[in-house]
Amino acid sequence: MGETGRLREGTRAYLLIAAMWIRSTMTYRTSFVLTAVGNLAVTGLDFVTLVLMFAQVDTLGGWTLPEVAFLYGLSVTSFGLADLLIGSADTLGARLRDGSFDTLLVRPAPVLAQVAADRFALRRLGRITQGALVLGWALCAVHVEWTAAKVLLVPVMLVSGAAIFGAVFTAGAAFQFLAQDAAEVQNAFTYGGTTLLQYPPTVFGKDLVRGVTFVLPLAFVNWVPGAYVLGRPYPLSLPGWAAFAPPLVAAGCVALAGLAWRAGLRAYRSTGS
Amino acid sequence: MGAGRLYAAVAVGGFRRYATYRAATAAGVFTNTVFGLIIVYTYLALWDERPHLGGYDQTQAVTYAWLGQALYSTLAIQGGGTEKDLMARIRTGDIAVDLYRPADLQLWWLASDLGRTLFQLLGRGVIPFAFGALVFDMALPHSAATWAAFAVALLLAAVVSFGIRYLAALSVFWLLDGTGVNQAVMVLGIFCSGITLPLNVVPGALGDLVQVLPWAAQLQMPADVLMGETSPWSAYGFQAAWAVVLLAAGRVVQSAATRRVVVQGG
Repeated sequence: MGETGRLREGTRAYLLIAAMWIRSTMTYRTSFVLTAVGNLAVTGLDFVTLVLMFAQVDTLGGWTLPEVAFLYGLSVTSFGLADLLIGSADTLGARLRDGSFDTLLVRPAPVLAQVAADRFALRRLGRITQGALVLGWALCAVHVEWTAAKVLLVPVMLVSGAAIFGAVFTAGAAFQFLAQDAAEVQNAFTYGGTTLLQYPPTVFGKDLVRGVTFVLPLAFVNWVPGAYVLGRPYPLSLPGWAAFAPPLVAAGCVALAGLAWRAGLRAYRSTGS
Repeated sequence: MGAGRLYAAVAVGGFRRYATYRAATAAGVFTNTVFGLIIVYTYLALWDERPHLGGYDQTQAVTYAWLGQALYSTLAIQGGGTEKDLMARIRTGDIAVDLYRPADLQLWWLASDLGRTLFQLLGRGVIPFAFGALVFDMALPHSAATWAAFAVALLLAAVVSFGIRYLAALSVFWLLDGTGVNQAVMVLGIFCSGITLPLNVVPGALGDLVQVLPWAAQLQMPADVLMGETSPWSAYGFQAAWAVVLLAAGRVVQSAATRRVVVQGG
């Protein structure tokens, strides 16, 4: 079977498992609505904090509230998409510990698809909704001379950003094969990453910005292309085409995460229980 | 066995239960340090724009940020302390065993949670805070008396934190599922404790409100005692008042729950 065949098979398995979990969630509709709204409220708190900060100042790191909201909306929406599609992979550690991961290995479907769709949580639409609302407001409120390239860049950023965060989730899941109990480390990169990107790059130390631009390229989710759209200088000198690099960066991240996942899976040894 | 020794043993048990997961603790330290870095930089930018915002100078804001990360799991600010175990025991009916024991339910869980608090403080709190102190300028007191006063404020903060989460856990006697309550504990804890933004920076009536709620006893009060922004005695008064109110409310709810509710069982 070729790679395309495996991809099709994986997608089919993913959709079947996700549909099963959605049906199961919808048995308790009120509970679903409440947890989705709760999810929206919890993630919205970050934005409330930002608004409260801007009640005291006009600019943060030289950026205005609509500009920061633009970064925030892009970060939260793309993270939310990744979280919805593959975020369940962060509970892999529990399956490794209790031995139920072995069940996934004997099923005739790609393991990554099963892990990603495991306990598929539709309530995570709450985060996407909240991010999209802030992004929508920011798009109306920022002063930007819109060109065709800038307009096109917004959906490109969301898709590439979701892919970059998805790669981080996958790499985190691969890491859990080694770390087991240390699963929380990946929160520093997933939740920490989306929190970092909610603020302008000018706020942070140069070394931190270098790290998330060149080492773990989260900056391509929104900072680098976002700075281009808003017409703001990026704190590091990057070539002009860097703003259009997110799809390339995302492809690279996804490829590396795929390799990490395969290496992790090969290193897996069952608890035997 | 004397009552004091019994609860001390329960507290030791709580400490050891959390001390078992060393890799998880190290991972938590790493995550808290990363979040500390992010928050510190945003505070530095904020205080660059408005020096003396909320009566803090920049080094005090930095101290507050790292203290927040140190106390994040210590005080279970967004939940996730021993109340999760209590909720599970109520749901499964295991609580019946707890009620049979010749010990007070509230004191038992308080002791267990204080044991957890002490471990989380030593295991997860100290390192991010020390990292912050090494890398950034912090406003730390030089006198041992202030550190001692801070320790007392921390103990009272732990009791208030327990009082809130114990009430939340008891609600499961009626609700049977803690998901919604946990979410409420999380939202209120994150926002009202000032872990994202010091409460003295929150503007207007909202700021006045959050400063008198019990969550203010958790992070804001110990921080202000540590940095000499308030007299320890007024902080203790505020914290102790909330501790008494919450523990008393816990007693009332507990006696109602154990009298009227049929224990789950199978």
